[in-house]
Amino acid sequence: MRRAFWIAAALVAVGVPLLHPNSYVLDVIAKAYITAIAVYGLNVILGYTGLLNLGHAAFFAIGAYGVALLEKNAGWPFWPALLAGCLGSVVLGFFVGIISLRTRGNYFAIFTAAIGVMISIVLTNADKITGGNVGIVAIPPPPNIGPVSFADDIPKYYLVLAILVFAVAVCALVRNSLVGRTFVAIADNEDLARATGVDVPRTKLVAFMLSTFLAGLAGGVYAAYVGFLGPDQSGLDVTFQQLLFLVVGGIGTISGPLLGTLLLEGVSQWLQGVQQYRFIIFGPLLVVLVIFFPHGIAGGLARLQRRIAPRGPTPSARTANAPEAAAS
Amino acid sequence: MHLFFQELLNGLVVGSIYALVALGLALIYGTMGVPNFAHGHLYMLGAYVAFAGVTIAHIGYWPSMLAAIVVLALVGVLLERLVFRPLRNAPEVNTIIAAVGVLFFLQQFAQLLFGGDYRVFPTPYDKVVHFGGLVATQQQLIVIVAAAVLMIILFWFLKRTLTGATIEAVAQNRAGAALVGIDTDRVSMMVFAISAGLAAAAATLIASINLISPSMGFSVILKAFAIIVLGGMGSVPGAILGAFILAFAESFGGTYISTSYQDAIAFAVLVIILTVRPTGLFAKGT
Repeated sequence: MRRAFWIAAALVAVGVPLLHPNSYVLDVIAKAYITAIAVYGLNVILGYTGLLNLGHAAFFAIGAYGVALLEKNAGWPFWPALLAGCLGSVVLGFFVGIISLRTRGNYFAIFTAAIGVMISIVLTNADKITGGNVGIVAIPPPPNIGPVSFADDIPKYYLVLAILVFAVAVCALVRNSLVGRTFVAIADNEDLARATGVDVPRTKLVAFMLSTFLAGLAGGVYAAYVGFLGPDQSGLDVTFQQLLFLVVGGIGTISGPLLGTLLLEGVSQWLQGVQQYRFIIFGPLLVVLVIFFPHGIAGGLARLQRRIAPRGPTPSARTANAPEAAAS
Repeated sequence: MHLFFQELLNGLVVGSIYALVALGLALIYGTMGVPNFAHGHLYMLGAYVAFAGVTIAHIGYWPSMLAAIVVLALVGVLLERLVFRPLRNAPEVNTIIAAVGVLFFLQQFAQLLFGGDYRVFPTPYDKVVHFGGLVATQQQLIVIVAAAVLMIILFWFLKRTLTGATIEAVAQNRAGAALVGIDTDRVSMMVFAISAGLAAAAATLIASINLISPSMGFSVILKAFAIIVLGGMGSVPGAILGAFILAFAESFGGTYISTSYQDAIAFAVLVIILTVRPTGLFAKGT
């Protein structure tokens, strides 16, 4: 069943440009994919270790500015710049993680929010380098691969899709590895995990770095895909929006980040006329979800499935979503 | 030297506002352990209610402020009842997520009603006062005095009345307070009402000095958190002290170091404190 879901999803994703070659629609979907990559990053830290990184968008921005500046100012091609952008995000994640992970619960959220806002302020004020509020424009797209030019919509779409698949696969592989299981052990019961010999601080740091890697990856792809960039991408509200997508889709699940992002971005498009007021609906929706359905769509579906077929090999809600995602 | 005293005055004005906002946040954290990330947006909503009172209903400055306090107190009660009470036993992170939902709603609600632009809040007290070479507007003096009066009333209420004592009791030990017959749910609602009301008062006081906009809550909330971390999460006197320390650091830092990074001072302070003391300054053993 889950395998069928991922195969269907992959077929739809690959087929979209053939079915609906409207460049606006493709653009919206590709941007949603990029956001989903960042949401996967948030999922790694929140879903797998129970820590809320409110500075997530700032790590996205580090990746994005890294790619933009290296391409524009240092003349680097896209791929090495992307690697460097991700690396920058992870290195920052390492240092922020070392400090912030000593705090717990509320302090972690507040600390990371402060880091995020500081990065925003620097991006806005260091205008000689970052272009300040204007940001950076005319960021070159990835270089051609053979005859395929990433200035065109359809190749750009497939490129983003490929990177999304890579991100989902990384998450799925990690989730099913020993490291991933220690993540979940910490999220379920930190003291118990410690008692069974899990190196809690180190594991959390690994989760945090993986999370910032995905944020940086999403940012780097975003910069090259959209072609311009401003400090607003690093704001607290961007993190909040990604959090909304994650909660709707299902925290701690493999399909949740993608489902939540696509669904809400889709609904936002559908609400065209009132799009700027969509949070009048989404805000209360988030509250209702977190009170009544804290497991989101993917978590809810998994529970439903277990109720229908109680013999499934799924002992808990979290592992219910253990993915065969790598298959897609 | 003249500049020094001018900055001292500015620090006092900003500190008064920070204190009103932060002590509301501290009060909620102290009694319920809830980090109310929507607090800044309650502050924003308070400014807009008063703005509507002054510019649409034309009921005058002080009645508008009173209206803002009353409306926000009601909103606070609603929030406690509908959002935070059902989440009392949920993981801490869920409370933060719910608060994020609330602040999204409030921001776009204000944007829908009043537009997203910065607005000027008219004040009848815009005359300039000179004393000993210092320059202040009447509004600045009103901020300092009104904030002091509100804080004195709050302290009197918390320390000298029975109802106030129930808040202290819940802050010290929720289960114990319930055991001796205190209605802890009522206390929670009351605390939210006071906290939101104070935020509304603060927002109305400063609104005519700054501009108002639907996104003004974002910058305030993190500063308020920096302040209560500085003052020891749930401590009301600590929040007031922290507010003035931050305000002076900002106004002197802005003058003598860098204006563009003035806003970063609060976050730098917060990061440094939590780096050195991961459980916060003056951590309460919870």
